[in-house]
Amino acid sequence: MPESSKHVLNRFRQGDVDAFEELFRSHQDGVYRWILRIVRDTGAAEDITVETFFKIYRAHARFDSERGFEPWARRIATHAALDWIRAHKLECEFTPALEATLSSPSCDPAVQAEIRLKTAEAFTRLPVKLRVATMLAVVDEQPHKLIAESLGITVGAVKLRVFRALRLLRKDLERQGIRP
Amino acid sequence: MTDFKPDLNSGAQSELDRLKALLKAAVPPIPQDAELSRDLWPGLLRRIDREPARVPWFDWALGALLIALAAAFPTVIPVFLYYL
Repeated sequence: MPESSKHVLNRFRQGDVDAFEELFRSHQDGVYRWILRIVRDTGAAEDITVETFFKIYRAHARFDSERGFEPWARRIATHAALDWIRAHKLECEFTPALEATLSSPSCDPAVQAEIRLKTAEAFTRLPVKLRVATMLAVVDEQPHKLIAESLGITVGAVKLRVFRALRLLRKDLERQGIRP
Repeated sequence: MTDFKPDLNSGAQSELDRLKALLKAAVPPIPQDAELSRDLWPGLLRRIDREPARVPWFDWALGALLIALAAAFPTVIPVFLYYL
């Protein structure tokens, strides 16, 4: 870590607002994108980003510079985003990607769109924990290690959540007459 | 905890892969370059200013202890005031 970054982190730890602003400016986009991947709503993601940095500011004295700012911020952001999902009892609605193609190219476009819609709906019915892990790992292709750190679980647990989510998704789709 | 490795045959694995592809087609990924639409710093400063000053729990406990002491032994009040 460069000496200047260390200095900024130390100043932040002591409650320096200028150092906090510097950290905010350099990490806000990354934190925002991470939150957006979890809540899939730009307005909510911006609000949660503010809330996340507010929590970071309040917890400045507990910051451990050895563990790095980014993983710490991502973890706080993940919890804030999960809290938001639970508080709003919101089954995030996904807009099916119109440009995406299914594995069977011969399929009717209208049928493909219907399948995508049903898949998105079935996905929203999954438990939040499974859905978030799967969204980050499968949809956004984030590294398992990163997801594990952010959720405070092991890499094995992330894989297990993804596996369970896909199994539940398959069962749900099969109930609707869709065989993936 | 040991790493989770589902024991899958090739059929189950390809079904899992198809499911992943279906999911990726149904739920659009967030673009890698997604950016904020506005500057959040002013809002964050307002959020920090809005936060009322927090009194630590032990300050409340100490205050309660002093009140209880004064109620139980009123004679200590002048002594206490003298040392303030």
